[in-house]
Amino acid sequence: MSAPLLQLNDVTKSFGGIHALSAVTSGVPEGKIVGIIGPNGAGKTTLFNVITGAYRADSGVVRLNGTALNGLPPHRIAREGIARTFQNIRLFPSMTVWEHLLVAQPHGEAWWRRLLPVGWGDPAAQVRAEEVMEFFGLTGLRDRTARSLPYGLQRRVEMARGLTARPKLLLLDEPVAGMNHDEAEEVRQLMLKLRATGLTILLIEHDMNFVMRLCDYLYVLDFGVLIAEGAPSEVRTNPRVLDAYLGKDE
Amino acid sequence: MSTYYASLFAEAGILLLGALSVYIILATGQLSLGNAAFMAIGAYLSSYLTVELGMPVTPALIVSAIAAGIIGVIVGFPALRLKGIYLAMATLGFGEMMRSFFINFAAMGGSGGFHGMAHISVGYIWAWAGGILVVLILVERSRVWLEMQAVHDDETAAGLVGLNTVAIKVSAFGIGAAVAAISGGLFAHHHVYIEPANFGFERSIDFVLATILGGSTLGLGSLIGAILLVFLPEFLRPIADWRLAAFGTLLILVLLVRRQGIVDRTLLRGLAFRKAAS
Repeated sequence: MSAPLLQLNDVTKSFGGIHALSAVTSGVPEGKIVGIIGPNGAGKTTLFNVITGAYRADSGVVRLNGTALNGLPPHRIAREGIARTFQNIRLFPSMTVWEHLLVAQPHGEAWWRRLLPVGWGDPAAQVRAEEVMEFFGLTGLRDRTARSLPYGLQRRVEMARGLTARPKLLLLDEPVAGMNHDEAEEVRQLMLKLRATGLTILLIEHDMNFVMRLCDYLYVLDFGVLIAEGAPSEVRTNPRVLDAYLGKDE
Repeated sequence: MSTYYASLFAEAGILLLGALSVYIILATGQLSLGNAAFMAIGAYLSSYLTVELGMPVTPALIVSAIAAGIIGVIVGFPALRLKGIYLAMATLGFGEMMRSFFINFAAMGGSGGFHGMAHISVGYIWAWAGGILVVLILVERSRVWLEMQAVHDDETAAGLVGLNTVAIKVSAFGIGAAVAAISGGLFAHHHVYIEPANFGFERSIDFVLATILGGSTLGLGSLIGAILLVFLPEFLRPIADWRLAAFGTLLILVLLVRRQGIVDRTLLRGLAFRKAAS
């Protein structure tokens, strides 16, 4: 196997006496959908926060395509090619769908062009925004503000916003939380479509059925320690995983 | 135009720039209650340049704006660590600090004030105020403004979509300070006499009030706010001593009915729609 797109080596993070992550080593291969599962408080979101630079790891290295990300501010890590969504959706409430898709695009052009009205220049950014809107089925909602959209659509906008910057890796924190079966299935189809475009996805999810049917590979975290990994079918039958979820027989 | 109305228009132009200085900083989610300090810097520095060094007023204003902009950036850095009410308190402190500085600054007259500036016309004031407003209305439609709005709405999310939130917030402070300095330079050359008391807490509050009353989500709001704030008390003169109380009551009523201020995007869109329909 070639070197993975995202590589974590011995990543450790503590809050006071609590070891949120203990020497986590894992890799996310390019073009795959990888899931992180584990009971509540296992450190899954902490792991996302360390990868995206919201937290600084106490030790260990995070690499994207071989580039170490440790210590970079969040916006630089995003520009390296990582986009994310949040467990409790974080959009820009007063901004429209269209504005979300423009604002998240990297600045290729000269800085002064960014001061001009959007319509006066920068056709590439607008084409890209249209493209992403189309892909996520948001075209009809172009001028709706984020706060006026229902929950399921807000999740879509959040994913779309992340993708306008053409990231290499998309991190999704519970993408189908609070969704019914049909909505979750739509999201699953969307992700398969995204994988087909070559995007790599790392996701946290509690819905086991969803994870098992979607992911190519799984990591299982429990109290900050990776206790198992493998294809969904292997992880499903791993006794350590069953213990973590169901409790151990003493 | 009578001298009386001319001076009211001049005040409105000066207040408009002060209001815009607050608006620009507020657009990134930071409330400054100390912008009179930047106004004071602009007033004193431009006066020094024109009176003592004989510089024409336009370049003096530009130099003052740049100097105040740099100070604004310096103030913007500690401001990054503060949010909401705490930032408001800190900027208030900065405003009082600058006022005390000018009281003790004997080289520029101290508490006795400074004079000798050449008087400027209302037209000159509005050339600046109108020019800056038009530029701002264009910038409001740009990518940079969207980035500021994103930082205003959710700073963490803005960082994680690749926006340099530190640069955006600090630049807003710098630009806001520069605009306040222009306001101060125009004030100084309109009144041809300045003293530290001109740039106290009440001045900062007037700026914030004009922004919030007119509508804090659009530059146009500052224009409406500034005009109302200057002209309304004058139109209420028939009720003599009660006019400021009546003005205060009106202000509260407007804010109760329209918390977002008099104009906002929805209102503008509604107006445009009606025009298209008729």
